[in-house]
Amino acid sequence: MIATIIQRAVMQGTPLLFGSTGEILTEKSGHLNLGIPGIMYVGAISGVAGAFLYEHSGAAFNPFLAVLIPLLCSLVGSVLMGLVYCFLTVTLRANQNVTGLALTTFGIGIGNFFGGSLIKLVDSDVPSIALSKTSNCFKTQLPFADNLGWFGDIFLSYGFLVYVAITVALIASHILNKTRMGLHLRAVGENPETADAAGINVTKYKYLATCIGSAIAGLGGLYYVMDYANGVWSNNGFGDRGWLSIALVIFSVWRPSLSILGSVLFGFLYVIPTYIPDISVSAKKLFEMLPYVVTIIVLIITSMRNKKEHQPPQALGLPYFREER
Amino acid sequence: MKKINNFCWSALFKVKSHIIKRDELIWWKAWGIRVIAVFLALIVCGIVTVSLTDLNPVEMYITMIEGAIGTSRLAWNLFQNTAILLCVALAVTPAFKMKFWNIGGEGQILIGGFTTAICMIFLGGVIPDGLLIPIMFLASIISGAIWGLIPAIFKTRFNSNETLFTLMMNYVAVQIVAYYTLEWSVPKGSGTPRPLEFGQLPVLFGQKYLINILIVAVITVIVYIYLKYSKQGYEISVVGESEKTARYIGINVGKVVLRTMAISGALCGVAGFLLVAGTDHSLKSDTSGGRGFTAIMVSWLAKFDPIFMILTSLLIVFLQKGASKISEVYRLNSSFSDIITGIIIFFIIGCEFFINYKIKFNKKEANV
Repeated sequence: MIATIIQRAVMQGTPLLFGSTGEILTEKSGHLNLGIPGIMYVGAISGVAGAFLYEHSGAAFNPFLAVLIPLLCSLVGSVLMGLVYCFLTVTLRANQNVTGLALTTFGIGIGNFFGGSLIKLVDSDVPSIALSKTSNCFKTQLPFADNLGWFGDIFLSYGFLVYVAITVALIASHILNKTRMGLHLRAVGENPETADAAGINVTKYKYLATCIGSAIAGLGGLYYVMDYANGVWSNNGFGDRGWLSIALVIFSVWRPSLSILGSVLFGFLYVIPTYIPDISVSAKKLFEMLPYVVTIIVLIITSMRNKKEHQPPQALGLPYFREER
Repeated sequence: MKKINNFCWSALFKVKSHIIKRDELIWWKAWGIRVIAVFLALIVCGIVTVSLTDLNPVEMYITMIEGAIGTSRLAWNLFQNTAILLCVALAVTPAFKMKFWNIGGEGQILIGGFTTAICMIFLGGVIPDGLLIPIMFLASIISGAIWGLIPAIFKTRFNSNETLFTLMMNYVAVQIVAYYTLEWSVPKGSGTPRPLEFGQLPVLFGQKYLINILIVAVITVIVYIYLKYSKQGYEISVVGESEKTARYIGINVGKVVLRTMAISGALCGVAGFLLVAGTDHSLKSDTSGGRGFTAIMVSWLAKFDPIFMILTSLLIVFLQKGASKISEVYRLNSSFSDIITGIIIFFIIGCEFFINYKIKFNKKEANV
């Protein structure tokens, strides 16, 4: 029972972990990318489109390609979205919040549009997008997971993307805290003027952080469709997980390593109502509120305690124009 | 000369150029650039649409216009949607002018609508509509203001990040409303929102939506005067330009922030009131329909000017209605309108760069 709850919490938390790791990288460069929900939709739908075209191409089904093609499509889709954001906010110096929100509208639109119209657009005669073959490849567990009882259930029973999410978060944490590149990135986010004066290429760091961040976030969408939802696309099925990932960024005080635990906790809050006996449908809605309330409380407490290492990057959301110093 | 080359405007484009901030561009030139941007965006939208459907572009725009104002019912629908979006845009504007990023419009609308619905359910039939409607109106204003004040209080006291705070408040409101929608639905738990019979706004001259439009028109004028001619409006601009200056000349910044956020939240609450009592006569968790976010773009596109906001909100609603007509005719997904809106906004956001800056290309011989 407990093992099942933890297992489901991890599966719920993984999209959030991808999203928040991506957003942390982006925010560390001083950009509050509110386009993350849209980027995650695009990451999901480009993966779906890739898998759909591959499954219906008539070519012999190769499990390796079936994973690789959606993965690459998803990465390309979300990096393109990241580039749009970057081009507008860094190069054309547009307002970050407005651009981000527009990107979210656009991305969710793309996701739902192609999700709803893909079948009609390619003139296929299948009733709905259900990519069970591809999904099975994504869900392949470690071979010995079933034989290890609860240990196997809790730690080994997931598709490979879950381990990718954790690894990426740990790598991001290492790069941010232990490498020169991470130091430079943090400098750009804290105080771009100083970073610029120290000879760091601010534009390059902002572009890199945002695009890599988008790519990681997009994987969250891909994981959701291919693994969690068994390869079935449903419009708006991804829900508000994009915003939850942004909440998770605050909850984990801008630390990717902490957001691994945070994502499991958020996932836990998400699945717990299903395990309470006799709970009404409406009361579930109040449970879904908990992650946001917890995040608000964390936001308030960190700002009250005012400890330097728990604050958002100082230049978060602020534009940087070299000529306007 | 090498020095100037370091002012490369981006690592992506190694053009030998640098950027200079323009002096204030004459208004017709600035608007000329914007019109060109919209025009380019329409061409791109046309290409996207044509590649997805087999329409020719002219036909496509005719379909769009038909979808937006083809019949008088559609036209009224367009105007009422414009009015509501405009109301939310007007609401977020004072906060933005102050550089307080209130992206919690969505939640403030819902809470306003929520208290309106409470009044309609529990007071409806008990007291006459003539008394009920003012009470609903007041309740929506107060609740919206409170929802807006919470992040503002923490901003002024502890300097919490207001963008993230207001964003989180949205989803708290969404879940509260989702809870009560289910609780109140008939039969209970079914999710069909309960129709609210009492306290509906009156139908003027046979037009259901006219009163919404009139109320928003009045609000537009009031906000315009407030921002442009009142002392408080001036204080908002000063705080937005430079908080240090504001403090130096003796403006109580905290007080201005609180007051402005209360106004912003209250106006969002009014939008919720109009949606519940005037348009939908019911309350759902998606009653606000993303307007809290769209309004931010509307307000920003209009450069925070209430009068231009009429135009920008009309443009956005027109695109949404028109694009959904296209998707309806071609049996495509209705999210098509979001894609079109997104493209247009990207272009308009991007064109601001060319209004504020000019690119100077370095002459070849200057490099020698």
